[in-house]
Amino acid sequence: MNGPQLLEQHVGKLTTRMGAFFPGERAVFRGYDLHTSLKDMNWLELFLFGITGRRFTPQQISVVQGLWCYSSYPDPRLWNNRVAALAGTARSTGSLGITAALAVSEAQIYGGIAEQRAAEFLIRARICVNAGTDLTELVRAEIKQKRGIGGYGRPIVSADERIAPVMALVREQGLDGGEHFKLAFEVERILLEGRWRLRMNIVALSAALCADMGMSPREYYIACMMAFFAGMPPCYLDAVEKPEGQLFPLPCRMLSYEGAPRRRWRAAPVHSPAGGR
Amino acid sequence: METIHTRIWQEEAEPDNAFAAQSCHCHGYDVYGELLKQASWIEYLFLMFRGEAPAPEQARLLEGLAIALANPGPRDAAVHAAMCGGVGGSTSASCLMAALAVGAGASGGAREVMLAMENWNERGADLALWQTGLAIKPVADPASVWPAPGHPPGFDPYGVRCATPVLQTLAHLAGLGCGITLAWLHEHRALLESAAGLPLAMTGVAAAALHDLGCTPAQGEMLFLLLRLPGAAAHALEQKDYGHKNFPFFRIELENDPGPVQGVGKHIEVNA
Repeated sequence: MNGPQLLEQHVGKLTTRMGAFFPGERAVFRGYDLHTSLKDMNWLELFLFGITGRRFTPQQISVVQGLWCYSSYPDPRLWNNRVAALAGTARSTGSLGITAALAVSEAQIYGGIAEQRAAEFLIRARICVNAGTDLTELVRAEIKQKRGIGGYGRPIVSADERIAPVMALVREQGLDGGEHFKLAFEVERILLEGRWRLRMNIVALSAALCADMGMSPREYYIACMMAFFAGMPPCYLDAVEKPEGQLFPLPCRMLSYEGAPRRRWRAAPVHSPAGGR
Repeated sequence: METIHTRIWQEEAEPDNAFAAQSCHCHGYDVYGELLKQASWIEYLFLMFRGEAPAPEQARLLEGLAIALANPGPRDAAVHAAMCGGVGGSTSASCLMAALAVGAGASGGAREVMLAMENWNERGADLALWQTGLAIKPVADPASVWPAPGHPPGFDPYGVRCATPVLQTLAHLAGLGCGITLAWLHEHRALLESAAGLPLAMTGVAAAALHDLGCTPAQGEMLFLLLRLPGAAAHALEQKDYGHKNFPFFRIELENDPGPVQGVGKHIEVNA
């Protein structure tokens, strides 16, 4: 069967196990009736069920919730939050500002990209270590190849104030015994004792905890999408409730120009018919 | 004082207002005093990304590419996404955000262009390198947020032969005489398609054109996102007028439908 024939099979319909809405009747969510079978799930449980197809224990839900709460800072200086706040000061809508801020949270030095990287490393490292690989060598090879390890080190400051409250919650919920959890600390020990001097940040800790809950790197990355979310609406609201344009206004002097010197556009510019006019 | 560093933009403030620019220079050129009257939009666009005024053939190539990419049509996933916004009366920005999000992908989107441009950087006009590279199936990187592309970048995963608009675009752009990539692609298309087992796609032509324009893969990714927005915008507005009753809703077949549930229904086993 060639390409177009393959596509023809899918025209106008989708076959799926994820769910559907039956207008005026009911809704099915991953094989369960949303309004009866799943009616007692709270939002976070449903969200994680939607991602993984599995249900989590109250202790696990409590830890995931803690991970999100402890990373939600209503500080508009943070780059992702600033997008929400700028939307407010520019009198854009809350949905546009906050969803753009969420999208921006998929960043390399924090957020989504770092999260998936950390989860992939810890899951792979556990498999390798269980198969007899030396963890120090694994860490060394990872740094050499990728110039860093997701979840270790942090932009702006090295210490992560979220580690202590998350650890307290994890102990309270009895989830401090997982293999990935222990491995994450072992990696930190190696990084601190070696020449790298990198501390674990919340990304590695939360990736380890979620890996111990059975989440794949992609499931973890999607589950963490809301990790900063609760901090964003206050940034938008504060800006939108203040006079327009007053959030971080930039005077001309704040542009530090480092480019080409002033010059004249060529005397006979490209204004031939094919040149764009 | 904290500042924003830029090699692109220079401003001088009005004497009585530090927040209003009296003059703006882009890469050294006076935007409102000179470019506004003397430059075309395409020339200005090139200048912004590449830092230099384009040569006439570069401006013609970017102009041609901009026309080729401006509207992939309503069947394109990114335009489809924008229309989903339009049809429900969503905000204009959300329609464009939808088009950008969907049109960013590694299958027909900007990520595919970026990956194809990386291939041009690595393989250049070396047919043997291309044939070896195209024989290797793209592999999933579980550490990446980008899902693995299912086909070599720049080729049409469901194509039977190179589509006419792709051929027309390639022939026209290759004939503009800007750089060697497009001309080489035009000449070797059949061999590359044979190595890929797939026909060339518009993303492949765009990647070659952007490579000829001297763009980095990251610049190419951005320009591809940007240049495809006009069609998404126009179609979103059009579907808003048509309304949701004239827009496909499609059919779903559930493989695990529990059916109308009596009472509490079934329960899910808890993890762990």
